[in-house]
Amino acid sequence: MDQKGYRRGSFQSATSDEDMLEIPGTSVDFSMADDDPPLDREMGGFSSYNGGGMNGTSTMMDFLEEPLPGVGTYEDFNTIDWVREKSRDRDRHREITNRSKESTWALLHSVSDAFSGWLLMLLIGLLAGSLAGLIDISAHWMTDLKEGVCLAGFWFNHEHCCWKSNTTFTDRDKCPEWKSWSQLILGHGEGAFAYILNYFMYVIWALMFSLLAVLLVKGFAPYACGSGIPEIKTILSGFIIRGYLGKWTLVIKTITLVLAVSSGLSLGKEGPLVHVACCCGNILCHLFTKYRKNEAKRREVLSAAAAAGVSVAFGAPIGGVLFSLEEVSYYFPLKTLWRSFFAALVAAFTLRSINPFGNSRLVLFYVEFHTPWHLLELVPFILLGIFGGLWGAFFIRSNIAWCRRRKTTRLGKYPVLEVFVVTAITALLAFPNEYTRMSTSELISELFNDCGILDSSKLCEYVNDFNSTKGDDLPDRAAGPGVYTAMWQLALALIMKVFITIFTFGMKVPSGLFIPSMAVGAIAGRLLGVAMEQLAFYHHDWAIFSGWCSPGADCITPGLYAMVGAAACLGGVTRMTVSLVVIMFELTGGLEYIVPLMAAAMTSKWVADAIGREGIYDAHIRLNGYPFLEAKEEFSHKTRAMDVMRPRKNDPPLTVITQDTMTVEDVEGVVTSTTYSGYPVVVSRASQRLVGFVLRRDLIISIENARKKQDGIVSTSIICFTDYCPPLPPSSPSVLKLRSILDLSPFTVTDETPMEIVVDIFRKLGLRQCLVTHNGKLLGIITKKDVLKHIAQMANQDPDSILFN
Amino acid sequence: VLFPQAHRMFTQSSQNPASPVLLLVLLGCVLCPPAQASKSSEDIRCKCICPPYRNISGHIYNKNVSQKDCNCLHVVEPMPVPGNDVEAYCLLCECKYEERSTTTIKVIIIIYLSVVGALLLYMAFLVLVDPLIRKPDPYTQPLHNEEDTEDTRSLAAVPSLAGGRANTVLERVEGAQQRWKRQVQEQRKTVFDRHKMLS
Repeated sequence: MDQKGYRRGSFQSATSDEDMLEIPGTSVDFSMADDDPPLDREMGGFSSYNGGGMNGTSTMMDFLEEPLPGVGTYEDFNTIDWVREKSRDRDRHREITNRSKESTWALLHSVSDAFSGWLLMLLIGLLAGSLAGLIDISAHWMTDLKEGVCLAGFWFNHEHCCWKSNTTFTDRDKCPEWKSWSQLILGHGEGAFAYILNYFMYVIWALMFSLLAVLLVKGFAPYACGSGIPEIKTILSGFIIRGYLGKWTLVIKTITLVLAVSSGLSLGKEGPLVHVACCCGNILCHLFTKYRKNEAKRREVLSAAAAAGVSVAFGAPIGGVLFSLEEVSYYFPLKTLWRSFFAALVAAFTLRSINPFGNSRLVLFYVEFHTPWHLLELVPFILLGIFGGLWGAFFIRSNIAWCRRRKTTRLGKYPVLEVFVVTAITALLAFPNEYTRMSTSELISELFNDCGILDSSKLCEYVNDFNSTKGDDLPDRAAGPGVYTAMWQLALALIMKVFITIFTFGMKVPSGLFIPSMAVGAIAGRLLGVAMEQLAFYHHDWAIFSGWCSPGADCITPGLYAMVGAAACLGGVTRMTVSLVVIMFELTGGLEYIVPLMAAAMTSKWVADAIGREGIYDAHIRLNGYPFLEAKEEFSHKTRAMDVMRPRKNDPPLTVITQDTMTVEDVEGVVTSTTYSGYPVVVSRASQRLVGFVLRRDLIISIENARKKQDGIVSTSIICFTDYCPPLPPSSPSVLKLRSILDLSPFTVTDETPMEIVVDIFRKLGLRQCLVTHNGKLLGIITKKDVLKHIAQMANQDPDSILFN
Repeated sequence: VLFPQAHRMFTQSSQNPASPVLLLVLLGCVLCPPAQASKSSEDIRCKCICPPYRNISGHIYNKNVSQKDCNCLHVVEPMPVPGNDVEAYCLLCECKYEERSTTTIKVIIIIYLSVVGALLLYMAFLVLVDPLIRKPDPYTQPLHNEEDTEDTRSLAAVPSLAGGRANTVLERVEGAQQRWKRQVQEQRKTVFDRHKMLS
């Protein structure tokens, strides 16, 4: 943590934007307030709303009965105290319930308080859905802008431009209103020069979009880059990152996401959509006091907002809720489940009414085939699972290595240049191959599609038997030349995507990971599916095929293989389990395919876990050193609390504050000379018996406030943390009573407590620090950072990589 | 907060009742026009795809008819096969009714482009015009990676803010802009320079 001197007041970090020295109670302009002003100006309140005190019945008539603005809030890059926040919410709720009996106004207030959660979910769903619609429509348009422009109205993308006109069966893309750039500039679209001109314009547009994106990110909201999910996981576990979910981050992330996706880079928009939805959630929380003031309640809202984000990305409300439960959230109370579902449904419904894809579907690759699969096909599905797991592990290792290089070497000093070079390489390599030239979502949609007689794409160019009059249930046919061309083009596309995504994910533009992984898996699956199909067609007399695949029957569906491959690769990278299967089956609407999807997802997770324990998001959390206490892993070492606590054997003794013998000057000295975020309060230095725990921030704010407001408080005034202060001779200055900021029930463990139990306590209760006693006397303190360092040490990792406090 | 007394009265209430309602009304206004967009002839169509049949090549037919008329017999004109084959041919064709809203698309693209344009203009203003307007002040010069100077700058800036309490709109806007710039600079240092986050 940055060393900040006392005199400026440690709460006056550079990220704060309110005038700290203002006298509370007067009107202050909040209209420019950032997402989370460190000082909260509302004076009204609940006298039981003490900063740290768990006791609501303070009988002290001291000046600090009403909470000071700022007490109870947290500094940037600190962990919240879950226990304190939850008990504050319970106190508040109790107060409202008690008061509701007094008057009708209070009753209405209590009803509106209960209702406010649902209203907030509704608003989040509406806003997230609208933003997703805007992102989808703009990204569609800008992607097509690289290839040409619509003369009937520049705002139409290729598909909508040709909506009204009659296209031919074989060439569904050509219509007179849509002009490619070479057609516009040269007047004709054929020939080598036209191709080169198209190529050139494509690369130019791609570079322009990505440069604009990175400049906007760097200039206005540096927190808007990357995926966002690792940071949101950390925030939801109790960390504070001011500005990460703010207004500017929201605007810039929305705008630059469209630009990044349209520039043809190998990235997706699902992860950033989760970030966008959480920003919406955070911003809308400020309308409701219940959520604005309480960090724990706010995180419940953020969990629901994350569910809404995934729901609009995939058109999968249930999958979104499960994703939030499995991947993103840390504490997920059951009440949040129903509210998340509500928010996800509202968001999906809003997106549907905006209708970005023109067919009332939420996702571009919604498929609807129902052809059955055979038990023997589980073998290739498991093969796809193994491929997914291997690719996932490979991707995580290489991406983390590349990101580490970006973080530590000179590569990280040139973010704009890096984006420029990666975009240039991607655009130059992508244009010649039609499967990489089209946007990744369109590619996935084409790969998932099952070929029928109505399809005329290259991938569906089978040798047709014109005498048959069947509809879409075509038998397995021999592949035509188009299919063979498509196969090697797809293989090249697979190789390119596998390698370029490693360098793209983590750049300083918003970048998601779901779509590229699904594309890799879909390509691999489709290749395997077509291979199986041709094998079954040409060798239908083999033992494995003769039982179920007679000639003339439709046994193998390559589209299904593509789907299973996509699920396997996505599972290998993110290690999702239930949420992945639910998202995939909500995407397809086919209950029949749950078993293949589950088989592939499980296989890929086992294979990938055998190679590397962490998913991509956990790996990024560890790379950045966020203080995230992993909730899923067991701590299995036999260390005890005394091995981890501070101070260690040779360190100076624990810095404590006595309950009624230190002066204001002494306390200020302690606070200035150390950087701890809290101090235990003991009865006396000799006895070291514990009274409570006081936070640094509360102490600074109270002392500064008292020096200004209270009469007679000078440097030699005694600070008293108890109810009954010792009587002083009349000539001494008046006593400063700080009982209200003292936490009287800090958690303690004895020094012999096994670390397993201590880690469990930290996880389950969300503690920041825990005091260690021996025979009833205070011995030391264990903070969350100490626990994280200890876990890292036990796992033979570098304990110094845990940054932040 | 414009009215401190009213605000104090409302401190008991857990929400400012006006804001969420206002937001709902605004969102409704934004979403209503697309929903109500009348079904102009531009926006509906019936698309029939007919595959190759015997010696007739495949064809795609578009016609703007209503949903009840969206079938092979109404849309496929002129019918390429003689009367007794029509039924067999139409069985192969697939007809779908599709709707879109051109107004939504136009509005959204124009909103997006105007926001991008506004951001670009603002960035150009901040980079080019702003340093010329402001008095070359040592406290507002961009400093590089120096935490101490960063601290003294914010320390020096604070008294100027606390002193004459910004009452005019312009000064308040400027104060907010200074705070925001400091914030962005801090974020930039964390992400780009020190690589503490988001690598």
